[in-house]
Amino acid sequence: MATKYDWPSAADRSVIGRSVSRLDGAEKATGRAKYAYDRNPEGLLVGRLVTSPHANARITRIDASGAERLKGVRGVVLIKDIGDEVQWTGAEIAAIAADTEEIARDAVRKFKVEYEVLSHLVKEEDVEKAGNRVVPGQENTEGDPSKALQEADVTHEGYYGAATITHCCMEPHGNTVHWKGEKDITVWASTQAVGRIGADLAKNLAADPSLPKVSPSDIRVITPVMGGGFGSKFNIDSWGVAAAKLSRMTGRPVKIMLDRDEELQMAGARPSYFGNVKVGAKKDGTLTVFDVESWATSGVGRGGNPALPYVIEPPNQRVRHVNVATNTGPARAWRAPRHPQCAVITHCALTDLAHKLDMDPVDFFKKNADLTARPDVYRTEIDKAAELIDWKEKYHKPGEGSGHVRRGVGLSIHTWGGRPHDSQCRVVIEPDGSASAEIGSQDIGTGTRTVIAMVLAETLALPVSRVNVKMGDSSFPPSGASGGSTTVGGVSSSTRRAAVNALEKLKEKVAGDLGASSADEIEAKDGYLRLKENPKKRIAWTAACRKLSTETISEMGNQPDRDGGKLADSGVGGVQMADVSVDMETGIVTMNKMVAVQDCGLIIDLKLAESQVYGSLIMGICSALWEERVYDQMSGVYLNADMEFYKLAGIGDIGELVVHMMTGVYDDRGVIGLGEPPAISPMAAISNAVFNAIGARVPTVPVTPDKVLAALEKKGGMA
Amino acid sequence: MEGLKETQPPNGFSRRSFIQGVSVGSGAAGALLATPEAEAAGGDVVGPGAVSMTLRINGRNHSLEAEPRVTLLDALRDRLDMTGAKKVCDRATCGACTVMVDGQAVYACTMLAIEAEGREIRTIESLSANDPVPRNFVKHDAQQCGFCTPGFVMACQAFLENNPNPSQADVEAGLSGNICRCGTYVGVRLAALDAAKEVKGGRRRGY
Repeated sequence: MATKYDWPSAADRSVIGRSVSRLDGAEKATGRAKYAYDRNPEGLLVGRLVTSPHANARITRIDASGAERLKGVRGVVLIKDIGDEVQWTGAEIAAIAADTEEIARDAVRKFKVEYEVLSHLVKEEDVEKAGNRVVPGQENTEGDPSKALQEADVTHEGYYGAATITHCCMEPHGNTVHWKGEKDITVWASTQAVGRIGADLAKNLAADPSLPKVSPSDIRVITPVMGGGFGSKFNIDSWGVAAAKLSRMTGRPVKIMLDRDEELQMAGARPSYFGNVKVGAKKDGTLTVFDVESWATSGVGRGGNPALPYVIEPPNQRVRHVNVATNTGPARAWRAPRHPQCAVITHCALTDLAHKLDMDPVDFFKKNADLTARPDVYRTEIDKAAELIDWKEKYHKPGEGSGHVRRGVGLSIHTWGGRPHDSQCRVVIEPDGSASAEIGSQDIGTGTRTVIAMVLAETLALPVSRVNVKMGDSSFPPSGASGGSTTVGGVSSSTRRAAVNALEKLKEKVAGDLGASSADEIEAKDGYLRLKENPKKRIAWTAACRKLSTETISEMGNQPDRDGGKLADSGVGGVQMADVSVDMETGIVTMNKMVAVQDCGLIIDLKLAESQVYGSLIMGICSALWEERVYDQMSGVYLNADMEFYKLAGIGDIGELVVHMMTGVYDDRGVIGLGEPPAISPMAAISNAVFNAIGARVPTVPVTPDKVLAALEKKGGMA
Repeated sequence: MEGLKETQPPNGFSRRSFIQGVSVGSGAAGALLATPEAEAAGGDVVGPGAVSMTLRINGRNHSLEAEPRVTLLDALRDRLDMTGAKKVCDRATCGACTVMVDGQAVYACTMLAIEAEGREIRTIESLSANDPVPRNFVKHDAQQCGFCTPGFVMACQAFLENNPNPSQADVEAGLSGNICRCGTYVGVRLAALDAAKEVKGGRRRGY
């Protein structure tokens, strides 16, 4: 049923769907944007953390006196105490605030901790060696996989997996906190959840009876910009609580931002997933069975169950999953949790099965699209991607080719939800003609601020430059955390409804002047309010607002809203294809080209939507070819917790990237989130392209040169 | 914010312990001091307490007190509240702290503030939204979270001033010292090539 809140039809849109530059772009590109790390309020103290050098140990003695005696040290708080265990290197033990960062660092060196060192495990890839660290996980069977494997015309067995990676946010985790009065705390937070930090901090402070009781509303969280989170920045964390306590203790603002090695060790990791897979198909390529024994680590805690098999669901399947508890930094959500790793395990196994069937993977995946939730979407997108990468021209049987550089293509498919999160927005129209959206959301770099402005501008029929967005502040109406691709649907829905409601009030104000009997007879168009039946009868926006005299229109919009139409949806499909070259002598893989075809419903800002997909491809190239957290079992130490040996792609490493949004095709579904889905397929697509190039499977990502050479050796050399 | 001056032993300080102090404080900076240039600087031992220095930044002199171990990046961000240059790796890998010193791109995390005395320092704060490089970064959406962006913009500015009419391969080589986590390289490539049409060689403002 149509409602007044529905998105305008394509012909009636003047802003939505266009390519608009991000509104905070100039502030960021000129260094004016102020991140949590950039806050230097008067009297600032800088805090540093004391962290564990051991992977597993019990604290037996703490001596803070040397640190406390150092001139310029203003406060020390313990995060862990004597008797507590630290279960990974880098685990936080205490925080010290000092006049300068240099003094704080000196103090950390004078802070003495003694430990009883316990045995540790930091590697999980060889699950046979994990012993009592193996924790049972999901067991699930559908159909009769054993029988199906016996009856299949063609079967394949293989080992696949993806190593743990870390978020490596450019702005490390941290906050600048000022506890000013008894019930007056300001947190400049690097967070994906402006609306959640206050409650999280209040809960943590309540655990300390020596502190005054504060409620979430006593805590103001300010985050106009933040330097990357990717799923790892939803909580105040121990260092944020410590900064608040140090601020209370000293009466001064305290900044604690993690060091780079701390950021990589303790502020977020994407779990590994590995699996021994058995798959079977009929002669015609129809997949009949998927059977996997899988394992993963999320650190010492329990990990989530795998999303296996991924997207393609044969009638017979069995998943037996275990978690391995390791003394490594704890897992946090990472763009599309579980999906990228499970895409590797599934789609690499299926590509190898297609090879045994002597089928082109494009034909195999199209044939088995019937086993997905959206067969037509995938078939259409596979065809489009194949066209854009010139699959027919480039595909050859795996390993065919000559010379020391071999080229190959591979593909992967993915899905994600992206439903709208809960959101409230207030739209304010003032007599001077200004129009603002106020919303307690945050722009984590995805372009949320720009999207809100575009929805407001579209609804009020004003140019984007004429509207304001006030966000990134917990004093505005609450809106959900930015995770799981839920933000764009949430904020665009609440903003749309608030803007429609506010516009209705303005229409009522001018109805008399226009000779209309009700607001329903009036529409907003090109900066005017006018009669629908007689467009020449109109009043300019500023003149209309002047009619408000001293009054201000302030209207709310909510997501969800049962009577407010359906503005957002969830559930998308996407296809990616990669074209790589592999040097058979060095094992080095080079990206030639990558294509992403992606559906995400109604697109608000085409330019920023494309940026999300480009970014996903590049992040995916990093984890496909280089990126990996490396621990040393002997010492328990995270060896590459820096940016030199934790390898990320540079500008020359990405090849040609092509993004094709399925614009217009699925607009009727409304807005659907986009942050996660395109980040899923790159690793599987690139691994499959390497297989096509060299005719040997590199079982796990990242596909590093040593593994390429090992796979070639196993296959019997270059031939 | 300096409180350390009077807490440090005034005497008994040797060049050797100075270099050790620097190495602990800021990693790669120790190696930097061991260059022939530093050797040639000879006997002028300063520190370890705070010393006065004057930095010429964006055409203006700024006086400050800081220990010799303080990097140019920390001097800019913590002492002068010029927070455009970002601290990300703090080990000369990622380029988020890039500034220009005497017309060349430099990682500010790996140069000591005292080393920058007497040199022309140019930071992101010298650029406005209408300058070609930032304007083209916005136009081509060469940023997402934006935390690497000021460093990228300065690297790009220095590169284009020294390399007019670059090819895409030139741009990729010239900007290979900067890392972005959000994955904005496609936009950066386009922004650099477009800005190249407007940024001419030479230092436009004399610094």
